[in-house]
Amino acid sequence: MARQLHARRLEGVDKNIWVEFTQLTADYKAVNVGQGFPDFSPPSFIQEAFCSAITGGASMHQYTRGFGHPALVKILAKFFGRIVGRDIDPMEDFQITVGAYQALFCTFQALIDEGDEVIIVEPFFDCYQPMVKMAGGTPSSNLYTLSSADWVLSPEELASNLNPRTKAIVINTPNNPLGKVYQRDELQMIADFCIKHDIICISDEVYEWLTYDGAQHIKIASLPGMWERTVTIGSAGKSFSATGWKVGWAMGPGNIIKHLKTIHQNSVYHCATAAQEAVAMGFQREYDTFGTEDSYFKQLPAQLHKKRLRLAECLRSVGLEPVMPQGGYFMITDISSLQVDLNDPSTKDEPYDFRIVKWLIKEKGLATIPVSGFYSPEHRGNVQNYIRFCFVKVIWFVCI
Amino acid sequence: RNSGQHLLCKLTAAASSYKVLFVFTSMASVTHKNAKRIEGLDKNVWITFTSVAADPTIVNLGQGYPDIPPPSYVKEGLVQAVMVDRLNQYTRGFGHPTLVKALSQVYGKVCGRQIDPFKEILVTVGGYGSLFCSIQGLIEEGDEVIIIEPFFDCYVPMVKMAGAKPVFIPLRLKSDRKTDISSADWFLDQDELASKFNSKTKAIIINTPNNPIGKVFTRNELQAIADLCIKHDTLCLSDEVYEWLTYKGHDHVKIATLPGMWDRTITVGSAGKTFSVTGWKLGWSIGPEHLVKHLQTVMQNSLYACPTPLQEAVAQGLLRDYELMGQPDCYFSSLAEELQGKRDRIATILKQAGMNPVIPEGGYFMIADVTALNQHLSHVEDDEPYDYKFIKWMTKEKKLAAIPVTAFCGEESIKHFEKYIRFCFIKQDSTLDAAEAILKNWNKA
Repeated sequence: MARQLHARRLEGVDKNIWVEFTQLTADYKAVNVGQGFPDFSPPSFIQEAFCSAITGGASMHQYTRGFGHPALVKILAKFFGRIVGRDIDPMEDFQITVGAYQALFCTFQALIDEGDEVIIVEPFFDCYQPMVKMAGGTPSSNLYTLSSADWVLSPEELASNLNPRTKAIVINTPNNPLGKVYQRDELQMIADFCIKHDIICISDEVYEWLTYDGAQHIKIASLPGMWERTVTIGSAGKSFSATGWKVGWAMGPGNIIKHLKTIHQNSVYHCATAAQEAVAMGFQREYDTFGTEDSYFKQLPAQLHKKRLRLAECLRSVGLEPVMPQGGYFMITDISSLQVDLNDPSTKDEPYDFRIVKWLIKEKGLATIPVSGFYSPEHRGNVQNYIRFCFVKVIWFVCI
Repeated sequence: RNSGQHLLCKLTAAASSYKVLFVFTSMASVTHKNAKRIEGLDKNVWITFTSVAADPTIVNLGQGYPDIPPPSYVKEGLVQAVMVDRLNQYTRGFGHPTLVKALSQVYGKVCGRQIDPFKEILVTVGGYGSLFCSIQGLIEEGDEVIIIEPFFDCYVPMVKMAGAKPVFIPLRLKSDRKTDISSADWFLDQDELASKFNSKTKAIIINTPNNPIGKVFTRNELQAIADLCIKHDTLCLSDEVYEWLTYKGHDHVKIATLPGMWDRTITVGSAGKTFSVTGWKLGWSIGPEHLVKHLQTVMQNSLYACPTPLQEAVAQGLLRDYELMGQPDCYFSSLAEELQGKRDRIATILKQAGMNPVIPEGGYFMIADVTALNQHLSHVEDDEPYDYKFIKWMTKEKKLAAIPVTAFCGEESIKHFEKYIRFCFIKQDSTLDAAEAILKNWNKA
């Protein structure tokens, strides 16, 4: 064919860190402690809920309501309504999506136009940048100020990213890959910024139940003046350790969510019925047991708290310096002290952390993820000495 | 009320004989406005009509999904998959390995060629998601896309959302008979078709078997389209979700198998339609690597991967039926057999009511001409085409739901299609019995 085949919206978004590294991991049959999914099973109550949905009658296998299965949006509205302290409308204020990933996609496609700017706090879950680009927007990145102990967001630097085209800011708390849990005053600072400049806040909270050492997850949408300008993203996959189910949601005020619905109805239209029914049952159980010892949202962080400590010990024992996460699935570690003879010519032009990760996969059979992949191209050069581990794994046996 | 959000400004103007009070409040801000790509795309025919379906007293032959159960081995396959720990976590983004390998086997056999499971197949969220990835990946502003009317309604908003221009060409009824019309009596005018192609034409979308008419394009008809695609260097997006549902005497032909077409065609398939599990929302795009790779780019930037256990179960179902291909208990052919009986039954009862059905060669829809009923609807206020008004009247007065065919055509063709309504017949006998009772008594009310 003579003409250009692909649409221009794909330019610059064709590389993907997950595609690249999961392929390499599979090729070398490496142990995958990089990608963020558990290697243990989801809780039996959720597996049973799915089986029960599957055998639950003909309607479970046919199309449900496009914007979200009624049983699911109703329980989510109740559940989160209780947390944020407001009446949330199940039909107007939710869009159920194929994972939180698709919720992010719908949000950017619905709200971002050519030339709009979106502030992205670094390090960021890598998909935000290509999604903003594909929507024609310009990602404007903000490097975290690295202080000796904490990773904090500088209000001056945040303000310096503002211009008349700034449409939205994306935050992720608990943060992937750092594991930072934003404090109330930090969220207030961001909220003030959003309100003052009339900006939309996109808040990726997929790890909302996973906080450690007494850190508290706070929903920015619950701060005064923020419900009406925030799209909160959630994930059943991360909530119930069933990442392969790909059920997520965007929650927010109806006048914003309606635009996400338009994208959704013109892209995939429906999500799988039985999976949504099962997630609804899971959330009903969590609604009833919330705050008690029986709640999975309490048990899971308790379980992961220990794995997190074990991984940190393990990394220190081989001379590495982990950054202790307050939340989430991941731990990053400084690899500057590693003495490695890198003689792989295929990686010689890549950032140092990419080279180390590929060496670990090929030579040690261990798959991790290079942290510079979570930075914008402009800032990637500054952070080449960290790699990311996922500790949501049963076995921790690292031998570097 | 939030401080700083509302400005209250009072102006009292004392003009000669009155006081005027102006109050300003700031409205939902300009920055909360939607992106331009969705302008005008918020309406959707299904949203209007599925609320109708929710009423249990109405016999629903409208929206296209089965009320017959899926085959039990398919459901069992899903239960088994959910019980395997690893199958509840992320799988390969472009398609679960077991599934793409099974698809490569099935379609390799059907197409008579080797299909690379990793480079030439993308698994998507239903046939719908397949269309989306194809259009987002390959179509952009400045492109024209030819769409054959009547069309599955999503093609137009998807093409518009990609910034391109839909160019319509209608199927036209050409028959000497007044009754016993078949979908085979609907044709594309060849000169008209050729006139729609130009240097801006990026793609043509075809749907065979066609929804809603049920036409199964013949090899010659597809060859004519192929010739134009090759002449104008145009892509072909072939929606073949109903590929297994062709009735006796009609064979499904894949345009991608015609000479010169594999390299320029994306073929869309659907597990939902294949296994009567529309609620599973799994589909696939199959084509040459140089096209599929762009669909994969869309996938990795939109939802990354489809659900794992559902993909595993579809793979197991495909492998089972692959072994049975050509035999009577292969679901791909046994479903078509079962539906042929339902098709014929529905045609008979529609005729009894005085409607003029178009017998479909494939798919699970039937359109019927309601002209002969002479139903006066001028009292219905709305400024809508006749079929919309007829459907609303029929739903209310007869408690029978169908879909207006003008939902599937562009503005210019409304007059050609507004006397037609679409019925879905992949329904269990009790539903068809209920429909029959209504249609038998049509003239008695």
